[in-house]
Amino acid sequence: MLSMLPQVLVDGLTLGFMYAVVALGYTMVYGILEFINFAHGDLFMVGAFVGTEVLLTFEALGTLEGMNPFVAFFITLIVAMAITGALGVGIERVAYRPLRGAPRLVPLISAIGVSFLLQDLVRFSEAIYRNEFYLNSPQLFTGSLELGFATVPQKAIMVMVIAIVLMIVLTLFVNKTKWGIAMRAVAQDQSTASLMTINVDKVIMLTFLIGSSLGGATGVLFAQNYGTIDPYIGFILGLKAFTAAVLGGIGNLRGAMVGGVIIGLLESLSGAYMGPLTNGAFGAEYKDVFAFSILILVLLFKPEGLFGEAVKEKV
Amino acid sequence: MMRKRSQIGFISAVVAAGMAVTGCGGSQTTGGTEGASDASGSTKIVIATQSPLSGSQSVVGDAIKTGAEYAVNLQKEEFKKLGFDLQLSPQDDQADPKQGVANAEMLLSNPDVLGVVGHYNTGVAIPSSVKYEEGKLVMVSPANTGVKLTEEGKKVVHRICARDDSQGPKAAIYAKEKLGVKKVFIVHDKTAYGQGITDQVKAQFEKDGVEIVGYEGITQGEKDYSAVLNQVISKSPDMLYFGGIYSEAGILVKQAREKGFKGVFMGGDGIDSSELAKIAGDAVEGVVFTSIAGDVTQTAEGKKWADAYEKSMGKKPETFSVYGYDAAGVLLEGIKEAIKANGGKKPSREQVLEAVHKTKDYQGQFTKVTFDEKGDNQFADVFIYKFGKDKSEFVGKVE
Repeated sequence: MLSMLPQVLVDGLTLGFMYAVVALGYTMVYGILEFINFAHGDLFMVGAFVGTEVLLTFEALGTLEGMNPFVAFFITLIVAMAITGALGVGIERVAYRPLRGAPRLVPLISAIGVSFLLQDLVRFSEAIYRNEFYLNSPQLFTGSLELGFATVPQKAIMVMVIAIVLMIVLTLFVNKTKWGIAMRAVAQDQSTASLMTINVDKVIMLTFLIGSSLGGATGVLFAQNYGTIDPYIGFILGLKAFTAAVLGGIGNLRGAMVGGVIIGLLESLSGAYMGPLTNGAFGAEYKDVFAFSILILVLLFKPEGLFGEAVKEKV
Repeated sequence: MMRKRSQIGFISAVVAAGMAVTGCGGSQTTGGTEGASDASGSTKIVIATQSPLSGSQSVVGDAIKTGAEYAVNLQKEEFKKLGFDLQLSPQDDQADPKQGVANAEMLLSNPDVLGVVGHYNTGVAIPSSVKYEEGKLVMVSPANTGVKLTEEGKKVVHRICARDDSQGPKAAIYAKEKLGVKKVFIVHDKTAYGQGITDQVKAQFEKDGVEIVGYEGITQGEKDYSAVLNQVISKSPDMLYFGGIYSEAGILVKQAREKGFKGVFMGGDGIDSSELAKIAGDAVEGVVFTSIAGDVTQTAEGKKWADAYEKSMGKKPETFSVYGYDAAGVLLEGIKEAIKANGGKKPSREQVLEAVHKTKDYQGQFTKVTFDEKGDNQFADVFIYKFGKDKSEFVGKVE
């Protein structure tokens, strides 16, 4: 039974890194606006569709064959990030900014509305364009690394590498650049920041741009890793990424990353071991129950989340 | 400290709001249901379909709807001669019990609706049939195999397909005798349908002495099933049996093959869709499944029907199209009988229910229909299919 442990850990990490990057988007917006952007999961879904459409277009043009898979992958990633980033900024402008002074539940409901809108827009346009809204992404990386104790597919390595790179770049950006400092300032106190000649609207736009393009990039990773996408993938994944953000302490970047990896690992471990350990009484179908019970326990004893204490760090 | 407390309060408010939003999806209630009696003097006769027309199961749901639509189109003239305007009212149940019930209430409030063809999901059919029963609105299901549906003793419920308690055991017997399976891992999707059929399969395997090395559930809509599959690989069974729908089955078989699973992959009628090949890619080759729906194009007459269908409806029939067609056929036949019994006047819902319930030796395009006391079809069969490179091939009827 222990022989499958390395494989379980590899699968859990792959999933966890994806949760982590999506969780970053939730946590960034929350850090600045104290508002949960429930449409974020659907931006992730749009990213998956944009990426897949780019690859399908390459395939239809016949250029995918001769292309270096890394080049194709990065083009896809850039296009998806650009489009979802722009979409995120547009959504903020249209659906959230006019509601900024309103009670907290109002923008939240607006976000839920945007979420439905994105799902159905994608479903609708894909149904017209391709006559189906299930897309199967061309696979760029099909090989896998045999380690003896576990098989690591190349695409899983890509997921982890890209996720780590994105997280490092984001951390550097927030901590070292002028815009990053401005973001942290707005997160701490909007009105004081605006007195220090910081353009608050621009900073918020930037936050949405970065958060949404991170979500879009994860969408591409997801489509590469699992091959099949539909307009509803954003819901469950978004919910789990949100959970990861809360587990790590919402508003905290490091917390989102750690929370994502923990949720991914917990899911994978409980899915693989709960059945055998409880002799079939609680099978893999209870893996989410288990992961969420851990969340409840953490929140009971540490309501601010694992990393929530460092208020200064939050963005 | 105050700040933190308000954050937590906010999060719980968010969760509560989220629940409220999902909870309200189907609360579109309509008033009285006295439409059961024939009060309107209108000459309109409406039959409804209820199947998922959006979401991941819409390919099959659309096949059922289009099949019924084709039957209605063909009989429009005949009803006009009787003095009635026959119409179809397609409803999207979204494979969601709440939506199915909301649609059912809406249909009941329209006195012209005399029967329903549906549903695709047993989990949706059962709560919706409670509403139909209240309004005496007859339901003919083309595809619900869940045993419980007709066992609950509701008079309005009928189905033209086989039940899981014949499909499941027959699948297990076929697997053992024809495929030589000795060790099996069973996975279901936690729905009334998926768990229902795997329970039947499991019971038969246990009876026949086939070793069951695992029995697990997965969540619909997820894309990563590596957790369960790692268990499967570590047990190295001869067969992975999946009770569920093609959208999950496609991913499951693909990821299983990627992880090096060498055994047979088998499922029930839920994976009977050309979409499986699209989702699973090359991994689909060799997937075996039982279906309660036979292949209509096996006979020359059936081929002719399929061609005419394609010409008229603009798309190729899926396996379930002919079942939608036959279910609508049974229903329309019942309505005609009821009109006759009512002296050429528009019958009430009770009269239609009586007539449909009495259906005997109705020859549909594919299946013959005689309903027993519970509403099950005595002529329902179970069939075996196997996937080739990109589409499924008919193997035969399971005896």
